[in-house]
Amino acid sequence: MSKEIKGQVVSGKIALGPIHVFRKKIPVITSETTNDSTEELNTFLTARDKAIKELKILEEEANARMGEEEAMVFSVHGMLLEDLDFEDAVKECISAGHNASYAVKKAGEDLAVFFASMEDNDYMKERASDFRDIANRVICKIQDIEDGIKLPSEPVILLAHDLVPSDTLGLDTNKVLAFVTTKGSTNSHTAILARSLGITALVDTGEEFGDDLTGQIGIVDGEKGIFIIDPKEEFLDEYRKRIKEIQKEEESLKSLIGKETRTKSGQAIKIYANIGNPSDAAKALEYDAEGIGLFRSEFLFLGKNDYPSEEEQFKSYKEVITLMKGREVIIRTLDIGADKQADYFELPKEDNPAMGLRAIRLCLERPEMFKTQLRAIYRAAAFGPTGIMFPMITSLEEMDKILDLVDKVKKELKDEALDFGEAELGVMIETPAAALISDLLADKVSFFSIGTNDLTQYTFAMDRQNASLEPFRVPNHPAILRLIEMTVQNAHKKNVRVGICGEMGADFDLTKYFISIGVDELSVSAPKILALRKHVRELA
Amino acid sequence: MVEFSYVIKDELGIHARPAGLLAKTAAGFKSNISLSVGGETADAKRLISIMKLGAQHGQTAAFTIEGEDEAAAAQALQSFMNENL
Repeated sequence: MSKEIKGQVVSGKIALGPIHVFRKKIPVITSETTNDSTEELNTFLTARDKAIKELKILEEEANARMGEEEAMVFSVHGMLLEDLDFEDAVKECISAGHNASYAVKKAGEDLAVFFASMEDNDYMKERASDFRDIANRVICKIQDIEDGIKLPSEPVILLAHDLVPSDTLGLDTNKVLAFVTTKGSTNSHTAILARSLGITALVDTGEEFGDDLTGQIGIVDGEKGIFIIDPKEEFLDEYRKRIKEIQKEEESLKSLIGKETRTKSGQAIKIYANIGNPSDAAKALEYDAEGIGLFRSEFLFLGKNDYPSEEEQFKSYKEVITLMKGREVIIRTLDIGADKQADYFELPKEDNPAMGLRAIRLCLERPEMFKTQLRAIYRAAAFGPTGIMFPMITSLEEMDKILDLVDKVKKELKDEALDFGEAELGVMIETPAAALISDLLADKVSFFSIGTNDLTQYTFAMDRQNASLEPFRVPNHPAILRLIEMTVQNAHKKNVRVGICGEMGADFDLTKYFISIGVDELSVSAPKILALRKHVRELA
Repeated sequence: MVEFSYVIKDELGIHARPAGLLAKTAAGFKSNISLSVGGETADAKRLISIMKLGAQHGQTAAFTIEGEDEAAAAQALQSFMNENL
C-alpha cells in the first residue's frame, strides 16, 4: 500500500531505495532479587569492562572523524566507569540482593541526582546526564543490546525515531541514501549529519514506523518534502528519471570548479560563500567558493551557558581561515538580539527585537565581550587574509566608537606580545540609514556587504517572518534596487568594494543587473556557487 | 605528612577531564592523598569523589599526603595542578 508522509526537509535532494528501520532496543530493569550475588557481581564487572573498551574505541573514532571536543565526552565517560566510587555503589546494591542491571541503574541514578542538585555549579549540574549515560551503556552490555546501527549490504533509506551521535558514529555513511526521522528538527543531529554528508533527510515527520517497512522501497523527495513508502510503478519511473537528471546537472556543475566567474564579454564578479560555522567551510571550499563573504559568528554564542572564551573563538576563526588557504574570510561580529535564545545574555524582553538592542549596539554596550571577539579575530587573522564586518550599522558615531575599540585591541595584543594579523574592516549595509550615508561610511572602511534581507525588511517596514505580508511584497522593487545602486556608486567613488550577502545575491534574475552596476562580489550559500558561476558564464 | 595548597586558576574549576587525570596521577602513588575544597574532603584517587567537591575557579584546594612516597607525590601533584588547573 503506497503511503505519503510529510516532513521538514534537510538538503533538497532525491533518494530512492530500500528502507531500513532502526529501532533502539530499550533495556529492561526489574527489581527481581537474586541469591547469587557473586554471579551478578561478575556480570557487572564484565559488562563494565566491555563498556570501557567500547568507549576507548568510540573516543579514537571521534578523534579521527570529528574532533577533540567530541572525543572528550567518551574519554570522560571511560574515566567515570573506571572510578572506584561507581564500582563500590554498584557492589553495595548487588550485595543487598539486587540484580546487576538494577544495581547499575540505581548507582547511576543516585549519582545523577547528587550532581543535578549542585546548585551553584552549572557545569557539574550538567554532568548528571553523563552518569545516566554510562549506566545505560553498562546495562546495554549486561543485556547484550548493541550500540549503533547494522546496515545491510546495499544502500538504504534509514528510518528511525531519532538519531543521536553515538548511534551514527560507527555508521557506514556510504550505505545511507537518506535519513527519515519521526522527531528532530533542521538543527538536530540528523540534520547536521545529513548536511555534512550531502544527503537528504526528512525530519519531524511525526509518524512512527513499524519494522515491517524494512526491505520495502521508499522515495525521499527533498524537493517536495515528502517520503513515499511503496510507491506506484509510474512514480518509481518518474523518480528514477529525475535522479538521473540531477546527477547529470551535478556533474556539469562540478566541471566549473576552478573556472573563472566571468561573463562572455569578460565582466568579472567574485562568488563567495555564506557560512554559519566551521563545518560549513569545508563545503564552501568543495564548491569552489572564491572566499567567505559572510562568516556568521553567532554559533559561538548560542546554545551555550556563558560567553565563549577568547581561546574558543580564536580556535574556530583560525580553523576556517586556515582551511580556506589564502582565500579571504570575512567574519561578521556578533549579530544577536532579544529574539534569539541566549539566556545568559540576560537581555530584557523587547516589543520590537528586530529594531532593538542588538548586534553592534549590544556589542558597544558590552565592550568587554566585544573586545574579546575582536581579539580572537585579530589573532586568527595572522593565519590568512581576513575581513571583519560590523552588522546593523546606522551612524558614523557608531563607527568611531568601533574604530576606537579596534585600536585599543590592537594595542593590547601588541603589549601582550600576542601574534595577530591585519584585517580589513567593513560594514553591513542593512539599514536604510547606512545606505543613505554610504558615501560617509566609505571614508571609514575598506568594504561594504549589503545584507539585502534586513535592508528589505527595514526599507519596506515589513517583517521578514510575517507570511501574511506576501501579497504586499514586490520583487525587485525600485526602492531596494536604488539603495543598492547608490551604495555601490558611493563606495566605488572612494575605492571601497561592495559585496551582496543577502538572498538577492543568489537571484539569477538580478545577476546581470548586479554585474552591470559594478557589484564586486556575491556571497551565497555553498550549494548555489557553481550554479551561479554557470549562470554568469552564460551571460553576454 | 606533606601539605600544600593551590588556588584554582582554570575558569571551569576542577572539571571532569582534569579531575580524571588528577585521580590517575594520584593513583600512581602509594601514599594516601586527600584534597579539601570549601570544607569538603575527597579521596584524590577517586574521580567521582573529586567531582563531588564542585571546586570552582578561585577556590583553594588543600592537599594532604601521607605515606612512603609523599614527597614525590606532592611534587607531581603540584606540577599537575600548575599545568592543568
